Amino acid sequence: MNLPLFCPIPISDPERIQLAHGEGARLTRRLIREELLAAFSNPFLAPLADAATLPDLGGRLVMTTDSSVVSPLFFPGGDIGSLAIHGAINDLAVSGAEPMYLSVALILEEGLPMETLRRVIRSMKDAAQACGVSIVTGDTKVVPHGEADQLFICTTGIGRLRPGADLGAHRVRPGDRILVSGTLGDHGLAILGSREGLEFGDQLCSDSAPLHHLIAVLLSSGANVRFMRDATRGGVAAVLHELVEQSGLTARLYETALPVSPAARGACELLGLDPLHIANEGKLVAVVAEESADAAVAILQSHPLGIHAAVIGEATSALPPQVLITNPFGQLRVIDEPSGAPLPRIC
Amino acid sequence: MCLGIPGRLVERSPLADGSLTAGLVEFDGLRRSVCLELVPDAAVGDYVVVHAGIAISRIDADEAERLLQHLRTMGETEFPAETAS
Amino acid sequence: MKFVDEYRDPQLAERLVTTLHETVTRPWTVMEVCGGQTHTLVRSGIDRMIPETFTLVHGPGCPVCVTPLEMIDRALEIAARPEVTFCSFGDMLRVPGTARDLLRVRADGGDVRVVYSPLDAVTLAEKYPDREVVFFAVGFETTAPATALAVSHARRRGLSNFSMLVSHVLVRPAMEMILAAPQNRVQGFLAAGHVCTVMGYEGYHDLAAKYRVPIVVTGFEPVDLLDGLLMLAKQLEAGRNDVENQYARSVSREGNRHAQAAIAEVYEICDRPWRGLGVLPMSGLRLRPAYYDMDAERRFPSAAPASIEPAECRSGEVLVGLLRPDQCEAFGTRCTPEHPLGAPMVSSEGACAAYWKYGRLPSAQTSEPG
Repeated sequence: MNLPLFCPIPISDPERIQLAHGEGARLTRRLIREELLAAFSNPFLAPLADAATLPDLGGRLVMTTDSSVVSPLFFPGGDIGSLAIHGAINDLAVSGAEPMYLSVALILEEGLPMETLRRVIRSMKDAAQACGVSIVTGDTKVVPHGEADQLFICTTGIGRLRPGADLGAHRVRPGDRILVSGTLGDHGLAILGSREGLEFGDQLCSDSAPLHHLIAVLLSSGANVRFMRDATRGGVAAVLHELVEQSGLTARLYETALPVSPAARGACELLGLDPLHIANEGKLVAVVAEESADAAVAILQSHPLGIHAAVIGEATSALPPQVLITNPFGQLRVIDEPSGAPLPRIC
Repeated sequence: MCLGIPGRLVERSPLADGSLTAGLVEFDGLRRSVCLELVPDAAVGDYVVVHAGIAISRIDADEAERLLQHLRTMGETEFPAETAS
Repeated sequence: MKFVDEYRDPQLAERLVTTLHETVTRPWTVMEVCGGQTHTLVRSGIDRMIPETFTLVHGPGCPVCVTPLEMIDRALEIAARPEVTFCSFGDMLRVPGTARDLLRVRADGGDVRVVYSPLDAVTLAEKYPDREVVFFAVGFETTAPATALAVSHARRRGLSNFSMLVSHVLVRPAMEMILAAPQNRVQGFLAAGHVCTVMGYEGYHDLAAKYRVPIVVTGFEPVDLLDGLLMLAKQLEAGRNDVENQYARSVSREGNRHAQAAIAEVYEICDRPWRGLGVLPMSGLRLRPAYYDMDAERRFPSAAPASIEPAECRSGEVLVGLLRPDQCEAFGTRCTPEHPLGAPMVSSEGACAAYWKYGRLPSAQTSEPG
């Protein structure tokens, strides 16, 4: 059945997203009310106005935005919904802010099963609730079939800066230690396994997690934390390249110190990949003053999300700004900036 | 050339009609199904070298140990101060 | 990881390096054939640990790198067909054809899939009977048994929608070509351990005798490579030219008979062009007549224009060890993994890629403690 492009009468398949759901009229309102408001319910969202009016935060505002375009939508250890929530929360947390409010913009592909959308919304609701943040405003658009890969999510987060927090590359000094809160590459390998059908099953799970609590514990401990990032696409290597560029110092790692889970190790060996270049979604990279490093690692290790925390290197001014690693044979070499998606090496 | 990784054979899959001999091989913490058609002698517990999803050899553990022993004791007479590994 | 970690032991490596330094009294030039060995050598820094007079040159053991441009262009053409699901190893996706690469074809809507094993492509063919599933069979003798099994398996399952674009090459003819070249400097070979796992090393004895070069079948871990280099050094210093097996835990003299049988069932030897090196007689594998129906080159007629090599790419010289990647003027400037001039910069087994990823030394290196 061929319908003209702009048909005012909705095609009847209530179990799938239709273009009309994004037109701002009856179906949109119903979608928002029945699916989104019901899930995210809170007083700021309830009026369903064009914007949310928030109370005075009583501190400096920190704001971030994040897009989730992960495929597949559901993977071992998480899904696009929880990823979107955690991503925004983590960006705020590593900036020294307490995450408070989120906005959610959905871009849906015509034909997306309602059940899929509900699953994602449920996941977002659970993640937000577990983190104590409210989703206070949002937007929904629908694009024709084929013009978006099922579902994209954009989240913007607002938080309140912790009093006294001053984090950034400008604070990093030679001799500072580079820490990571846990094992490298878990998320990227889980996605790669799911996407390329590599039969990893549940052996490799995404590490998608909110880091704000872990970070709060670290910052409250009095450790002299200079700089933080959550390692996402491009892995720890990408974070360190950013650090080097912004600080003008060199980051030097020790290969034997990198925490990697046995399954991730096996996968990297099998596929010829370097865990430093593979995405994480729930790992903190922190630069702390040398004298704080041991205590900081201990603090992280005492938290469930940081049990494999380790010092992996240091900042130095002895060499021009670059990211280096000492391999197990004592040889120093350059770590490249990650470029594009890693592909399994075969031959 | 080619990337061949040793893994431990943990399970031989039962044969199905018209399908290739397969099994489950463990690489550190990761398990993956591997075609065992080319290593009919490999038994559970053996290590095999896997390339492109196919086991191409069974690792000779005795040879492996022999080499390591040779390397560990190499030069011992020239370095009497070194502790034995 | 058992049978991996022991061969990465820094203490054993150090011992081997020391012994190597004591063994080498004169300049020697040796070649490791396999790209996987090149990567380990550069990544572990072994090339910087061995005596300066013991020169390592890198060989053409990167099957992705030596796949002819015409074959790449053929693959791109087939992959772009709407009815085709084109499967290949991950390496191939960024290899530049005349106008584009597989990644580009995928971005333009082609159904291009990365697979880890050729058997995965057969599974896809069974799962999607309405699709024409084509597997890009690139690789040396290590990979040929896998692709051969894929063909046999597809035949047994009665699949009519599976075919392969075959570009297998054999190592020994390339080694002979290098040794026979008038400007050859290679005095010894580290032979490829996994090729020999499949093929054995019987075939190297006459090569070693004819050209008077020692050949040591070697594994892929740092300790294996150092051990292989030491064995070569000892032979060279003693004026010997024997074939030895360093990788005995995986390689036997006759190789894997089952693997050889699998290859022989499906393939026959043919002449093959090697990118950058020209046609090497009897250096490739092609499907036997009984399997012509599974030959993608026959199944999909070609309408492609002539292939044009980029003039500036010197991969031919790199592949036979006449040019080190970092000696090429385009290295890191006009040729990078993002915009490569040739295959060695994007293949994970390519020498240029190895130097790019692992071989760039820290700038202004001070005398760092190790």
